[in-house]
Amino acid sequence: MNIDVLSAILVIPAVSAALLAILPGYVQTAKLNVVAALATFLTSLSLFVVEPVSGQYLLVDDLNKVFIVLTTFVSFTTSVFSASYIQHEIEIGRLTPTFLRFYHAMYQTLMFAMNLALVANNIGLMWVAVEVATLTTVLMVGIYRTHEALEAAWKYFILGSVGIALALFGTILVYMAARPVVGEGLDGMVWTVLVKHAARFDPALLNVAFVFLLLGYGTKVGLAPLHAWLPDAHAEGPTPISAVLSGLLLNVALYALLRFKMMLAVNLAAIAPGPLMVTMGLISVIFASLMLYRRRDIKRMFAYSSIEHMGIIVFAFGMGGPLANFAGLLHMTMHSLTKSAIFFAVGHIAQVKGTQKIADIGGLTVTNPVLGWGLMLGVIAIVGLPPLGIFMSEFLVVSSTFSHAPWLTMILVLGIIIALGGLLLRVGSVMFGEPKGPTAPAEASYVPMFTHLALVLMAGIYLPPGLVTGFQNVAKLLG
Amino acid sequence: MSSLQFDIAHLLAGSLVLASFMMLYQDRLYALLNVYALHAGMLALSVAWQAYVQQAPHLYVTALIALVFKAIIIPVALHRIIKRLGIHREIENVIGIGLTMMAGIGLVALSMVVMLRVTPGADALAREDLAFALSVVLLGLLIMVTRRNAVGQVVGFMSLENGLVLAATGAKGMPLVVEISVAFSVLIAFIVIGIFLFRIRERFDSVDMQALDRFRGERR
Repeated sequence: MNIDVLSAILVIPAVSAALLAILPGYVQTAKLNVVAALATFLTSLSLFVVEPVSGQYLLVDDLNKVFIVLTTFVSFTTSVFSASYIQHEIEIGRLTPTFLRFYHAMYQTLMFAMNLALVANNIGLMWVAVEVATLTTVLMVGIYRTHEALEAAWKYFILGSVGIALALFGTILVYMAARPVVGEGLDGMVWTVLVKHAARFDPALLNVAFVFLLLGYGTKVGLAPLHAWLPDAHAEGPTPISAVLSGLLLNVALYALLRFKMMLAVNLAAIAPGPLMVTMGLISVIFASLMLYRRRDIKRMFAYSSIEHMGIIVFAFGMGGPLANFAGLLHMTMHSLTKSAIFFAVGHIAQVKGTQKIADIGGLTVTNPVLGWGLMLGVIAIVGLPPLGIFMSEFLVVSSTFSHAPWLTMILVLGIIIALGGLLLRVGSVMFGEPKGPTAPAEASYVPMFTHLALVLMAGIYLPPGLVTGFQNVAKLLG
Repeated sequence: MSSLQFDIAHLLAGSLVLASFMMLYQDRLYALLNVYALHAGMLALSVAWQAYVQQAPHLYVTALIALVFKAIIIPVALHRIIKRLGIHREIENVIGIGLTMMAGIGLVALSMVVMLRVTPGADALAREDLAFALSVVLLGLLIMVTRRNAVGQVVGFMSLENGLVLAATGAKGMPLVVEISVAFSVLIAFIVIGIFLFRIRERFDSVDMQALDRFRGERR
């Protein structure tokens, strides 16, 4: 029974991927996609009730429970958004039914790969899962087959492949470090075993391994200067995929990094991974927030905002300590919810206006008030204005790190403020002013977007004590 | 392990590095593909030798994958794609061959210094294998960044991946090596199919990555 819950999280998406690849008719398959995502989400919730036993391949602890529930929830809401999004794409002929069948199958494959990466107890298995997730998203980014989409997919392909190749080299080095202590064979790659014995691993080898892992998985997190694939992939793919990329896939790569960070923390002689992560986080925040000012494409702009927020999260986790980890975890959750809500709005806006160019979109609050104000609310949340959740999590990040490293925190705050200016400046012209472009009402499903925003608003005002204790446990686990 | 076994393993891994160097100065696509086939063939031999020395029969599967898939199927498929899509056969290098070779020598020296210094505890074969493997990985990266041509970049990536397989097989008793090499083969197959499916030639009239750059979303 116990094992069943864990494998169900993997089996449901895998089976539905196979089904969706065979079944024709996009209306039904879109519904099936939603049902499968909902089933996976409900199954993941049961993880809180039954405590599955961790084996040599799969593992459940407090840390990945948070990630799994967040991933399956956002996958579910995105599948609802996706159903109304693709209806429009089929009507205007941007996607054909054949491509759509492929799209749905890939969507579920991606869910499978992300869940596998999150529950893997074996660092080799985790690597394979991240690779599969990369491949499926590459295929989805290129699905429109325009010049830009193909170029974005190719770029993502090459950079992502190099990233995961470096991560594999790091994984091999971890095994090499573990072998003299835990012996040959499977144990040398089982994460729980590695953490238990990491104190006696050769520190020099672990250091080199972590550098490769940071560069490899860091590419997938989108940390500057390894982020080059991210804006293109977000801008050119279908918007549901942008939502999943920003809201989930970046988190999955970050999760892999955190697992290795926990392992290094056990070994006192190894380098502290914190300063490396803090540095890369700060570079990402500053770089991305400056880049926000010159964006002309609305999806690219929010992709840069994702880089900025991943920078903040990595900064918080790099600082470490129960408080900063708590803040990082909360910020990650808030960012996933807010950014996917923004992409839901942006997806429908781009469909109504027929363009993603910021200059060609205007006066949204007049022409499409629900979408316009929805996006506005999302932007207010993402720049960190009170009373929404991101204000609270950013405040926690800043206040928990200010006492150890005031100067570094000042840089972070500067980055956040620059980003605030950039986003509000760009979004202001989209929201208000002369209405531009077609003004047809959108046939949108607003439920996913407003569900996310309501959650973010609620988190900003009141965090349920159960959630706080849960996050505190995870934060302690992260060290 | 006898010193003969060690020497042969050393020789095979070293020749992989040599083949990487040969790739650095090829300026024709077909020649580059031929050297890559040689590279993959050396990898197959090296892995098979490791399988024999470590008495790990599952590594023979990895060796077989390297031989059949990487040394034969992929180069043949790429040959046909180049012909079918009418891709330019000359490779444009970003920097001159002399500089590239110097950079390559520097990278090999770097990987020797890094790997040999951090692994004094490991056994001699694993150490040197890792150092060679890192050299092949870094040279693969160098090949990727010095080529403007998409096929050239793919070949660079595939040679990088050969270095990873070498490292994985050199780490004695590492689990999942076969699975990882299968996963990588799938990745490479995707890339190669990708070249064909994306029809880079058809869409962009050239596989020159600079030409692709002009279609960037934001360039005016």
